[in-house]
Amino acid sequence: MQKAIFLDNAATTRTGAGVVKAMQPWLEQNFGSPATLYSLGSQAKQAIEDARQSLAGLIGAEAKDIFFTSGATESNNWAIKGVAEALAEKGRHIITNQAEHHSILMPLRYLEKKGWDISYLPVDGDGLVDPDAISAAIRPDTVLITTVHANHEIGTIQPVAEIGRIAAEKKIAFHVNAAQTVGHIPVDVNSLGAHLLSISGHKFYGPKGVGALYLKRGVRITPLFHGGSQEKKRRAGTHNVPGIVGIGEAARIARNSMDAEIEKLSGLRDYIFAWVEKNIEDIRINGHRTRRLPNNVNFSLEGIEGESIMLSLSYPTAEGARPVFISTGSACVSGNLEPSHILLALGLPAELAHGSVRISMAKEDTREDIDYALEAIAAVAERLRNMSPVYKRGDKKCTAFDKSAGCDCEAAS
Amino acid sequence: MYSEKVMDHFQNPRNMGEVENPDGVGEVGNPQCGDVMRITIKVDEKEDRIEDVKFKTLGCGAAIATSSMVTELAKGKRLDEAEEISKKVVADALGGLPPQKMHCSNLASDGLKKAIEDYRSRHGN
Repeated sequence: MQKAIFLDNAATTRTGAGVVKAMQPWLEQNFGSPATLYSLGSQAKQAIEDARQSLAGLIGAEAKDIFFTSGATESNNWAIKGVAEALAEKGRHIITNQAEHHSILMPLRYLEKKGWDISYLPVDGDGLVDPDAISAAIRPDTVLITTVHANHEIGTIQPVAEIGRIAAEKKIAFHVNAAQTVGHIPVDVNSLGAHLLSISGHKFYGPKGVGALYLKRGVRITPLFHGGSQEKKRRAGTHNVPGIVGIGEAARIARNSMDAEIEKLSGLRDYIFAWVEKNIEDIRINGHRTRRLPNNVNFSLEGIEGESIMLSLSYPTAEGARPVFISTGSACVSGNLEPSHILLALGLPAELAHGSVRISMAKEDTREDIDYALEAIAAVAERLRNMSPVYKRGDKKCTAFDKSAGCDCEAAS
Repeated sequence: MYSEKVMDHFQNPRNMGEVENPDGVGEVGNPQCGDVMRITIKVDEKEDRIEDVKFKTLGCGAAIATSSMVTELAKGKRLDEAEEISKKVVADALGGLPPQKMHCSNLASDGLKKAIEDYRSRHGN
């Protein structure tokens, strides 16, 4: 098979070669548990503290405020359930928005069933939360505000610092899910005003199964895991030493490569937007055009469905063709038969959510590979549109989309 | 997740397009749900047989593969035989479908039945 072009880096990234190399000794030779006192253990303990320092440096935090977890899902669950439980006597109201990741929404639904009251604020047509709406939603019993830093699907970057100022003023705990931003764009816990911040290792060229929660000193939170006294008794369980070493190394590399990555990928991103607008008819760009992750592209194709786009790209039939891996917000791949709740929250009609394509790049991507992928996407779109009983060229039908001024559907009518 | 047969019919769909001046048209599904199928048939009146059948489909891999398969199964069959082609028959002919695809994306046999109904209503029998 020809070499695949992997453009699904918002789902997961390839673990960097340097990261793998840094992890290796901690699997075979230095396998000791850091909780033990003999030399094998104390070496591991030192490695963990080095990684903590490295990760803290990446987000402008102090090392002692970093707590290692198994990834962003755990960090998000811990932040939400832990703060809710610790502050249950004070109040049971939490503010979030409709376009959050499932690892935020599902713990909140769980709390809802147990008697908490959750405000799911709407987002605008670009996916932005309105800080004024957050201000207005605050009540005397509000104990937590949680927001994503940048959306994993549409790349929109939220006005986090502004929300952080509101939270500080009202003395409400503020959690930021930074799974898509840490290691990719500057994240500074202090300027964002975050009290809690979730980090995922495998989203920035680190290994899977490791992440962290930043906990500002003084934040009241109960543990999610009870057991041994690891992580100052706040997160029990033997440390994932190779993983932690890996995320530490990924953080060290990110500090050095971030500026170049931002410049390169935002250039490629804008190039892709210009290319698809010029070469593929009847598309709609999803997410904010500029307040956006450098590596994220998302658009909907009228008259076709995302799973068939994804499948066609990943199993090309032409001899010598390279597979291209992208993602879609179609219900057909969601597992729950619903199209992406994020695209629906933007106000997109279901058919455009089904026909969405997300391209998420990595720092090593080349213009040649992107060009190849774009030609492949255009060819697949053409083929599937020829097959579609509803697609009519130039006949944009997204009448249900009246939420954003950005929709130019009426142009074709 | 899909069988080889499903992938084959998805990648190389049979009878894609529209029959010219069709004797019957059947459209099922809803773009909001992500699946729409349009089956067009040409009927040999004397023999009461499907002379030609084509499909156009918006939908996932399973939606396209089941559409393609239903046209293969129906072509040349008598109308009463073609009406017997069920969702299960289509899925079995494709070597099975993932469970979640059985209902939402396996509408092609319904589309075929609708096209036959349409033909009958036009021909008054």
